[in-house]
Amino acid sequence: MVSRTLFRAGLTGLASLLLVLFMPLPVQAADDEALRAALTQLREADFSEKAALVETLVGMDHPRVATILNALAESRLFYVTETSRIVIGLGDDVEIAIEDAITGEALGQAVKRDLDRIRVNNRLRSLIENQLASLGLASADPQQRKAAVEAFLRSPKPEGAARLKARLDVESDQKIQELLTAALALVDLTGTDAAARAQAAKALGGWTQPEIRGPLLRAAAEDSDAAVRQAAQTALAKTEFRLQMLGWAETLFFGLSLGSVLILAAIGLAVTFGVMGVINMAHGELMMLGAYTTWLTQQWLPVNWSLPVAVPLAFLVAALVGIAIERGVIRFLYGRPLETLLATFGISLILQQAVRSIFSPLNRSVATPDWMSGTILLGPLEVTLNRLVIIGFCIAVFTLLWLALQRTRLGLEVRAVAQNRAMARAMGVRSARVDALTFGLGSGIAGVAGVALSQLTNVGPNLGQNYIVDSFMVVVFGGVGNLWGAMVAGLSLGVANKLLEPWSGAVLAKILVLVFLILFIQKRPRGLFPQRGRAAEV
Amino acid sequence: MTKTMPKIISCLLAGALMLGATLAHAADTIKVGVLHSLSGTMAISETTLKDTVLMLIDAQNKKGGLLGKKLEAVVVDPASNWPLFAEKARELLQKDKVAVVFGCWTSVSRKSVLPVFEELNGILFYPVQYEGEESSKNVFYTGAAPNQQAIPAVDYLMNDLGVERWVLAGTDYVYPRTTNKILEAYLKAKGVKDDDIMINYTPFGHSDWQSIVSDIKKFGSAGKKTAVVSTINGDANVPFYKELGNQGLSATDIPVVAFSVGEEELSGIDTKPLVGHLAAWNYFMSIKDKANDAFIKQWHTFIKDKKRVTNDPMEAHYIGFNMWIKAVEKAKSTDPDKVIDAMVGIEYPNLTGGVAKMLPNHHLTKPVLIGEIQADGQFDVVWKTKDLVPGDAWSDYLPGSKDITADWADPKIKCGNYNTVTKQCSGQNYE
Repeated sequence: MVSRTLFRAGLTGLASLLLVLFMPLPVQAADDEALRAALTQLREADFSEKAALVETLVGMDHPRVATILNALAESRLFYVTETSRIVIGLGDDVEIAIEDAITGEALGQAVKRDLDRIRVNNRLRSLIENQLASLGLASADPQQRKAAVEAFLRSPKPEGAARLKARLDVESDQKIQELLTAALALVDLTGTDAAARAQAAKALGGWTQPEIRGPLLRAAAEDSDAAVRQAAQTALAKTEFRLQMLGWAETLFFGLSLGSVLILAAIGLAVTFGVMGVINMAHGELMMLGAYTTWLTQQWLPVNWSLPVAVPLAFLVAALVGIAIERGVIRFLYGRPLETLLATFGISLILQQAVRSIFSPLNRSVATPDWMSGTILLGPLEVTLNRLVIIGFCIAVFTLLWLALQRTRLGLEVRAVAQNRAMARAMGVRSARVDALTFGLGSGIAGVAGVALSQLTNVGPNLGQNYIVDSFMVVVFGGVGNLWGAMVAGLSLGVANKLLEPWSGAVLAKILVLVFLILFIQKRPRGLFPQRGRAAEV
Repeated sequence: MTKTMPKIISCLLAGALMLGATLAHAADTIKVGVLHSLSGTMAISETTLKDTVLMLIDAQNKKGGLLGKKLEAVVVDPASNWPLFAEKARELLQKDKVAVVFGCWTSVSRKSVLPVFEELNGILFYPVQYEGEESSKNVFYTGAAPNQQAIPAVDYLMNDLGVERWVLAGTDYVYPRTTNKILEAYLKAKGVKDDDIMINYTPFGHSDWQSIVSDIKKFGSAGKKTAVVSTINGDANVPFYKELGNQGLSATDIPVVAFSVGEEELSGIDTKPLVGHLAAWNYFMSIKDKANDAFIKQWHTFIKDKKRVTNDPMEAHYIGFNMWIKAVEKAKSTDPDKVIDAMVGIEYPNLTGGVAKMLPNHHLTKPVLIGEIQADGQFDVVWKTKDLVPGDAWSDYLPGSKDITADWADPKIKCGNYNTVTKQCSGQNYE
């Protein structure tokens, strides 16, 4: 299935294409009237009458038809009572720009609530999409050709087969060739010739689309001819095997993606809790600050550019707040874990309430950039782009942090202080400065994680709370003070969660993972990769 | 007098009244309790309702108050903490001596305050759609019962969209579980097979929907038209809808009909990928009606933000508040017993046309509307019931509650759970 956005974009492209194609038509004036009449009817019609009108519109040779149908499908077609005009609205604000539906003439601004929207429902919307898509079979854009064949798959009619056959002869794209063959086989499957049916069933094995699998299932169960049933069953077995393999691959991907989110949330904590031994209950709120920073950047910048800008900004904001927390509170409490826990918990509440007062308790809507929405084919597996980007982002953040700790002077000092504070100070390391910077680094990474989370979940005052337990879980499981441990722990917890979920349900899966973790900590209190040496004893 | 004052001064005055509730004032005002969470998880939804009640009180005072007295709001914050709801309710009734309380959102919070209201004989207006199976003398349920939301929505999917396979997805707590139990019984009564129903529960605030959405996709690829009936509540909806959009599950493939997603919830999401998914409510902001236009205008003026939306529970408070005013005027007193008796049979026009009537079981008659999500975060009505549907406290589809009715008007019954077979009032709630 092609991703929705691409599909929509394709439709719009198609609309302009049609516009160019039909421009030189001479009889426009007469057609305008016919179109106006049909559109005026559209206003009063109920949904089934509207469906008939859509078919009429598609039959009309008018350059604006595709534009109008697109607007109708997107609920942007309005009726203005005062001027009794049908207009197309542009934009989603309270006040929108409108243009005449038939002539395309701009008509200025209007308040959307004063306009009479021409309503469509799902059935009508899919009808329009299919009608428009099927027009694209001869398009130069392979995406549109693919959409056209897919539209045919959704409602295969024998009358359309001739056009598909003609296209198959000239089609150059191999993927579309295969899809066309499958579409033609689908027509044969419901034909009268038993041999052709058996042949078609055989050809359809391995196609996992519900549009193909559904008819095949029916043929396997209900076909009058035993040979056809047999062929369909064999073909289905092939499909099922493929589906199962895909299912496993998908679960693995889901696990990796959940794991990468857990890692992102936890590695900041691995630095502050792991390296410095500070139990920072406000860690989640630092992520929340990162997410709000993303939202703020989106207020100033176009959505597509906002995320790359938001990452360094979120790092900076969270790091500064982190340093302020360390200098203002935590440094007086080193070596007193209980007080630190309570104090940072208090800070987390303060931060939450501050955000609630400044930005309101309502969630903020963070838009997903185009380059992160939809799906992409990874081999045979269809994966969601946003998850893929976040997995990549997680790897990048992890690598950078690892390099920072291993290859920079600050990293060296951090490790030195963590291993033996007194000795490090004796060697001339200003441990107070290192503490502040380390805490800033851990907090900054939490902020960066917040940018990623803003793409997945709600950006609201409670964002942090939902992740704090998971983050501690990962750090404790991986072994305190160990970045690689956090990585392995995050990934394995993610995959385990996703493996359990299908048969136990989401609620039980979470509980099972937690129970396992408690048992594991009983056996190995220091986690997967315990720190060795004297530092571990402190 | 207030009419001539500039708006700002009157607002300040209302604020001052609210804060400085002194005993001296108590004699000449009627106190109205507002019990909505202003912090914690539910603050997102409930803060709006607090503002709605304040707006209604403000408007009533401008009209001259009630029984010659001004109304005075007493706002408390139960902080999304269920036991705290009961404490705050007690405080409102005992210490502040409020005449009526508007409050609660989740069923848990309602269950928590119920004993307090019954013990101290207070009046609670509860504005949210809920699972039914309850009727208290002291509570007026101005939201929808299951037969005013869930059942008509399923009927629509079944009859108009030809849905044959059902996913019942919900958050793991009392409202979704009871509603899904009712729906499952209803679907089976309609001849839907076990194999064609998939039930799925997730924790509050669930954010990783990948596998569940992928499961729904697989469940829906069996060749039969599939729909998701969602009782997912609160924050978790946003990542759920995001994931639907990302995995390309559009409304034309598998429509999702939601019972807890309204305009307010959608204002936190980019709705373009969700166009066509459905919601069942008794009110939509998009409905063109004089009363609704006026209400929206009043709301925008009060909240000073033209982008704020209105939603179903707000209408429920609007109706409940105005019904209470009428009942107090009819009883000529704010005495709870007199007002409760006066409430039954009171009528007040809905914002979307038709007249709501308070029934003897303390539920309302309501129109049921099905709306499709639009790109601007609003809903377009695609279907509505011909007549108003009377709220049914006890579901007809659950074996335990089939024979139970609630009637607080009939002097022979006067009971919230009267068994029509044994002719007895059991005096206990059914789960």
